Amino acid sequence: MTTNSPFLTVDDLRVHFSTEDGTVKAVDGLSFEVARGRTLGIVGESGSGKSVATQAILGLHSRETAAVSGRITLDGAELTGAPERVLERLRGNTAAMVFQDPLTALSPYYTVGRQIAEPYRKHRGASRRAARERAIEMLAKVGIPNPARRVDDYPHQFSGGMRQRVMIAMALVCDPDLLIADEPTTALDVTVQAQILDLLMELQEEFGSAIIMITHDLGVIAGVADDVLVMYGGRAVERGTVREVLAAPRHPYTWGLLTSMPRLTADVDKELVPIAGSPPSLLTPPPGCPFAPRCAFVDEVGDGRCAAERPALPEGRGAACHLTEEQQRTFYGERIRPRLA
Amino acid sequence: MTTASTAHEGPAGPEEGTGAAGETPPALMTAEGLTKYFPIKGGFPFKRTVGAVKAVDGLDLVVREGESFGLVGESGCGKSTTGRLLARLLEPTAGTITYRDQDISHAGRKELAPIRSEIQMIFQDPYSSLNPRQTVGSIVGAPLEINRVNPPGGREARVRELMDTVGLNPEHYNRFPHEFSGGQRQRIGVARALALEPRLIIADEPVSALDVSIQAQVINLLRRVQREHGIAFLFIAHDLAVVRHFSQRIAVMYLGKIVEVGDRRAIYERPRHPYTHALLSAVPEAELELAEAEDPEAGADAPKERTARRERIRLEGDVPSPSDPPSGCRFRTRCWKAQDRCATEEPPLVRIEGNAEGHMTACHFPEAGTVLLE
Repeated sequence: MTTNSPFLTVDDLRVHFSTEDGTVKAVDGLSFEVARGRTLGIVGESGSGKSVATQAILGLHSRETAAVSGRITLDGAELTGAPERVLERLRGNTAAMVFQDPLTALSPYYTVGRQIAEPYRKHRGASRRAARERAIEMLAKVGIPNPARRVDDYPHQFSGGMRQRVMIAMALVCDPDLLIADEPTTALDVTVQAQILDLLMELQEEFGSAIIMITHDLGVIAGVADDVLVMYGGRAVERGTVREVLAAPRHPYTWGLLTSMPRLTADVDKELVPIAGSPPSLLTPPPGCPFAPRCAFVDEVGDGRCAAERPALPEGRGAACHLTEEQQRTFYGERIRPRLA
Repeated sequence: MTTASTAHEGPAGPEEGTGAAGETPPALMTAEGLTKYFPIKGGFPFKRTVGAVKAVDGLDLVVREGESFGLVGESGCGKSTTGRLLARLLEPTAGTITYRDQDISHAGRKELAPIRSEIQMIFQDPYSSLNPRQTVGSIVGAPLEINRVNPPGGREARVRELMDTVGLNPEHYNRFPHEFSGGQRQRIGVARALALEPRLIIADEPVSALDVSIQAQVINLLRRVQREHGIAFLFIAHDLAVVRHFSQRIAVMYLGKIVEVGDRRAIYERPRHPYTHALLSAVPEAELELAEAEDPEAGADAPKERTARRERIRLEGDVPSPSDPPSGCRFRTRCWKAQDRCATEEPPLVRIEGNAEGHMTACHFPEAGTVLLE
């Protein structure tokens, strides 16, 4: 079931929105791959483009306002510019999505059973009765007690955590090969979050799906991801396995995320080290490195290179940064790591 | 029901004096048996009271002069209601609130007026807690104006000074909230709270709406303000790591009650209440891998390893409804240690055997108190 050839390939993805004020370059040249059975964690703060990028995979952007370019290949099939009927066959079938807020993502007018069954009936042509059976089976699978009775309840009759389980059941009803989870636990309490993350991981082991987990929380990433992509200002700034990125991060932005996070085992007498300034405007991105205006290591590169020249993200493990790999290792080891102890 | 390995044998360890080796500062605000029920109306025409949401149900706490007191719990546990009761934005159904030896539980507008300037609030959402039609100058200066305070040098100079204190450019005096980012707006809220030099600031989830990198800026600011101005804080948050970083003493709430209270080390290192334990073990931590930093590239392709160094406890189900809380101990429906006694007898919040000074736990079958995190 688990093979390591890329199942989803995203190459030079750009999503630009035209607004009254100009073009917002929400995603500006993003490339990544996900293999079956693997979980890619995409980390970034608000406005980094992480949600916009993954919505583009399923063709969820309006063609009138969003200009999507680049190549998205899912299981060998080209998705960019694919006609709507092709995307329709894909959504909820081969690829499904779990959103952050289950209360707005579920319809209040239909029973959860009907909502879970809908993609199954549409894509598998199942009868009403078979689809209902399947919905009950899925509710049981995601750990909802009394599924045969709960199938006829409406979303408002469920608690937040249970609603998120319903949405996961709906996303998995057709055994998708790709599951995109966009901040699936952000709206939930920690004890419930832990339940949901465990559930996703169990289901992945069972179904062997590829998962893209979008989150702002490096703790969630540490718990569930195999590979990590750190996004900033519409681009990927660092890539690696979860171990590489968390144990030996290379990009000053990733360093900043780690040093600004209060942790349960950190020394409380040490101040947090925030990232100076605020996130970049996507309307008029700076010509060089998008992180340069907030970066404390610009002088180490020198020559005004950071402001003038956009660093590229190398293939495989690496960071989009003008610091040499040697410098990245030294600075992390000497200046950043001691602050995290 | 829950997968929890049995607690290890071990003494509760020696008494820990965290900083407060000297005498304890006097109480600034005290709540005793604090209770707030919100009536549920039903029937036609919605006049009959058919029940009550027991948001806060018999809560005792003390906030001391100059200390940062943290209140943690999950959504619906009543922590925000507690904050609003102590600020007297709400009137308690029962119980007493004492502020500097004065009973303010049912104090009216006039009696509260002098106290209002000593207790300030900082809110969660920096977008809805600032009037979009007012300039920063008039937002931050409003408390001065309302209380007819005329600082030496004039109000405008004082406001500019406050803006400088919280890291805002004083030249932005005439700008409107929409011209600021989320983090800067929260700084405006902090400046406004500081305007009257309060003794107590009640901060309700002040950083949870902010991105991590910005969150750290605001936490550092609040920590600096708390220390330099000696202001007591009631810091309400759901994020255990944030509370640990900010507060010296912490209370854990569950379904309208405090289940455990103690200093930082007691709560985070030797929690005795099963709920505190479960809550801590549910926090996802990014540093699981940091421990292996010595040879990070080696295990790059190692198989998935989702284990933590901490033991993991997974609570089942959800928090019960606060309109119909379980009998006895409220946590018993999700607790893996619950026995018959828990259903009939409510455990009092007391210093149980083995607890350090000031560490109180409401549980019949407490955890052994082994070191959890270090």
